[in-house]
Amino acid sequence: MSAITRDEVAHLARLSRLALADDELEHYATQLDDIIGAVARVAEVATDDIPPSSHALPLTNVYRPDEVRPGLTPEQALAAAPAVEDGRFRVPRILGEEA
Amino acid sequence: MTTTRSVMPFDEALERFEPVLGLETHVELGTESKMFCGCPTAFGAPPNTQVCPVCLALPGALPVANDQAIESTIRIGLALNCTIAEWCRFARKNYFYPDMPKNYQISQYDEPLCTDGHLDVEVDGRTVRVEIERVHLEEDTGKSTHVGGATGRIHGADYSIVDYNRAGIPLVEIVTRPIAGTDRLAPEVARAYVTELRELMRSLGVSDVRMEQGSLRCDVNVSLMPRGAAEWGTRTETKNVNSLRSVERAVRGEIERQAAVLADGGRIVQETRHFHEDTGATTSGRSKEEAQDYRYFPEPDLLPIAPAPEWVEELRARLPELPTARRRRLQAEWGVSDLDMAAMRNADAVDLVEATVAAGAPAADARKWWMGELARRANESGTALADLPIEPGQIARVVELVASGALTDKLARQVLEGLLAGEGSPDEIVEARGLRVVSDEGELIAIIDQVLAANTDAADKVRAGKVAAAGALVGGVMKASRGKADAARARELILQRLGVAG
Amino acid sequence: MSLTHRNAAELGALMAAGEVSAVEVAQAHLDRVAEVDSRVHAFLHVAAESALEQARAVDARRAAGEKLGPLAGVPIAHKDVFTTRDMPTTAGSKILEGYRPPYDATVTTRLREAGLVILGKTNLDEFAMGSSTENSAYGPTRNPWDLDRVPGGSSGGSSAAVASYQAPLSTGTDTGGSIRQPAAVTGIVGMKPTYGGSSRYGLIAFASSLDTPGPFARTVLDAALLHEAFSGHDVMDTTSIHAEVPPVVEAARQADVAGLRVGVVREFGGEGYQPGVTARFQEAVELLESLGAKVTEVSCPSFTYALPAYYLIAPSECSSNLARFDGMRYGLRVADDGTRSAEEVMALTRAAGFGAEVKRRIMLGTYALSSGYYDAYYGSAQKVRTLIARDFEAAFHQVDVLISPTTPTTAFPIGERADDPMAMYLADLCTIPANLAGNAAISVPCGRADEDGLPVGLQIMAPVLGDDRCYRVGAAVEKAFEDRWGGPLLKEAPSL
Repeated sequence: MSAITRDEVAHLARLSRLALADDELEHYATQLDDIIGAVARVAEVATDDIPPSSHALPLTNVYRPDEVRPGLTPEQALAAAPAVEDGRFRVPRILGEEA
Repeated sequence: MTTTRSVMPFDEALERFEPVLGLETHVELGTESKMFCGCPTAFGAPPNTQVCPVCLALPGALPVANDQAIESTIRIGLALNCTIAEWCRFARKNYFYPDMPKNYQISQYDEPLCTDGHLDVEVDGRTVRVEIERVHLEEDTGKSTHVGGATGRIHGADYSIVDYNRAGIPLVEIVTRPIAGTDRLAPEVARAYVTELRELMRSLGVSDVRMEQGSLRCDVNVSLMPRGAAEWGTRTETKNVNSLRSVERAVRGEIERQAAVLADGGRIVQETRHFHEDTGATTSGRSKEEAQDYRYFPEPDLLPIAPAPEWVEELRARLPELPTARRRRLQAEWGVSDLDMAAMRNADAVDLVEATVAAGAPAADARKWWMGELARRANESGTALADLPIEPGQIARVVELVASGALTDKLARQVLEGLLAGEGSPDEIVEARGLRVVSDEGELIAIIDQVLAANTDAADKVRAGKVAAAGALVGGVMKASRGKADAARARELILQRLGVAG
Repeated sequence: MSLTHRNAAELGALMAAGEVSAVEVAQAHLDRVAEVDSRVHAFLHVAAESALEQARAVDARRAAGEKLGPLAGVPIAHKDVFTTRDMPTTAGSKILEGYRPPYDATVTTRLREAGLVILGKTNLDEFAMGSSTENSAYGPTRNPWDLDRVPGGSSGGSSAAVASYQAPLSTGTDTGGSIRQPAAVTGIVGMKPTYGGSSRYGLIAFASSLDTPGPFARTVLDAALLHEAFSGHDVMDTTSIHAEVPPVVEAARQADVAGLRVGVVREFGGEGYQPGVTARFQEAVELLESLGAKVTEVSCPSFTYALPAYYLIAPSECSSNLARFDGMRYGLRVADDGTRSAEEVMALTRAAGFGAEVKRRIMLGTYALSSGYYDAYYGSAQKVRTLIARDFEAAFHQVDVLISPTTPTTAFPIGERADDPMAMYLADLCTIPANLAGNAAISVPCGRADEDGLPVGLQIMAPVLGDDRCYRVGAAVEKAFEDRWGGPLLKEAPSL
């Protein structure tokens, strides 16, 4: 089932926005392969009749009323920003457009 | 590179191909606070003044869902004849983008809140049923401004600056099933659908649905198949379609473009395209290196939504009169033709006329002013009718003044001018501008005598029986009174004074 | 006895009686920190000034005649994964170096409201991912029992701080055992409350559906007092339970197991367990029987799938939770030289800012959620989660609590498992089921392993919202063992 290739790790790194060096790709390929080989055991007992649980407890319907609450000042919001311009977060140029 | 003819004329395209449409519409809900935090949602606030740890995705912050947004989504679903899920979850849609603070969007994936509905729209006297696949709830992103480069567009910019005021505003996504069989009405059907949807949102009071402010946004999917083919063609998704007119143009433009490609033996690439308001054309979005893999999974920070069926029924029972029914009722009440009704809808005048009627004006008068003088003014200044600085109640008062004889139509137009200029209420304007009809007979006779004295030729002609010559004298009276005289009464008096029995 | 060797309850009583001031207590602990922490490295940030200021405020309130809670003026070490508006919050990561949040976590707020004096922020495995605190970007914390060994993790700074008398209390978070395992290997008490019993708001998320804040202390009663102080419903955390906090303090005082049905989890023991761990666990079983508990063996077959399920669910959630650390709004940003795109700067920042284990788990989670693999990995793991909850449910029809060793081994040497993730993951073998099902579970000391003289922990698991049972049994075990040992286990630790 497993056998994670170096290319697959490179793909995962791209999806996860991690710029990995070549030697890191090799290293992680071996480790991820080991881990995935071990955890794939879950499929042994995960039969179709078992409902999956996404949450620890089966609670539902918890909401907040639609009320405005105080937030941050722009100074607080921007205080930790690596770069700021004109009251906004300055970020490097954005490639392409998504969603 | 192929030297494809870039577009095929619409009629020719439709002779050869059948279009299939799909529409994805995003509606920003008009809640007081954001979807998952208590930040306000007002449009146009200074940057990053409506943010908090949650919508900025600061470390440790957690979302809590807005109950009103859930309720509004269910009401939208009910109004669109959908089935409301008894149990569903939010899901995380994972992708990195600087305007999305968490680098995932809280959305819904395979468990939308509402499914399987429909919306009937009328085009060309024909009713087209648009099937709704799903309605789900998600959150909006922040807004990037691209700095440097040529035109403030994303490509070629040096860097961007981001305002997160919009991040986290509740967004309802409404997705149609593929709409086939519309044939050459496809562009109109697309437009009619968005128009109808917009009216529906308005009647539900869930959103201000202002396309120019982005609170209603539309993605248009179009594919073509050769006439008689069994299988649908490859579709493109055109984004950035932000007016009703653009919806129609985008569909038309994409049909013409795809037809040209296909006719030339080309292949349609499944891609995102961008609509350009200026040219009406679409251009290809940047093709992605690899197919997106959003790695959706159930949002662990939020609990499942399980609307109680009794509550859903209560919401259903409390739905307001929906636009189609309302339009039929109003049309009957106002006694207007299909054509006039359609014209009012297109001009976004139905609500205004209704409000003016509610303020006491006869329907015919209300319609006359909104669709006449005011529509012309709005058109001239390039504003929406509803955005004119004038209230239905003020129009009703003007109508009342005309009906009582205190104003002539001509004077009423001057009152409107004053209203648009912000000079106060209709009565204040009449007063300040001295627009009241001359109702004092003595004053009117004095003016007439002046005019007769100054126009002896015309007066003689009338005396000699050429009654038609009285017109010029009436004109003179109107001029001398600066339009404030009652023309009919002036004519009577002129004839009387010249000894010609009226 | 010096103030630093007193328990929280004792300190609270001394201060209430006016025998000692909060400032004196805080100063004594700050002195202890200054004396030993260069060797232990439990703290990432010591807030001496603000601690003394908080202590002065408590003294002033008391002088004004205000009625204060039992922990008012008691010092506490706070895991550096909870946001604090007056101290840096790093989550042990370089990507948040020097980051100062503009808001307090709910747990932080409640500590302040209870009058607890926050001494500083403790070290942890980066983003709470690890079982040794070696994954901190700021260097490892050392086990006070043997400075060459790990203090457990991820809350190793918090366990070490309490075990080395730098603080009587500390906070932790437990996602797969990150409170119980460090408590076990440092010879102290650590409790994972019922999921949703304590608020996650302001807790920097590792795995949202598993993360649970909880207390560390040197006694079961102290842990209960702290548990009570910061737990309970929070409107800012949707997954927090809208119910009264179970009567944990009362249970810790009750300390009685006569007639209680205790189940030994059959699946946890035998091969792979250190002999000294097994021996101490057996003694604990016999002790419980001698105290009048009815001990039986209970099988929970799905528990053997808990570890693999956990290492799919936790990384999946973390791959998404950690996406926000991209250098755009806060934290580290590297390589922004004006030519690189946002995409490149994000990837370079994350590569530079995250350590190896975090990257490993992000990629593992990304893999498990990918289209084509989702069903086999994440989907299957969620089904195992259901099975584990069912096993617990069935077991709690037969018994009131379940017990097992907290960890298969005692503290291992620093560096031993550093680049062997699978070996490291085994440290959480016995603690993970309670996280997957949301149950309450505690670790209390049960002696030292013969072969290395290091502490061994007994894990007591209770149903959801049965937190009081953990304290009740834990306190009974504690009392009986202390009678046998002539005092707490920790007095056997070498002095630093």
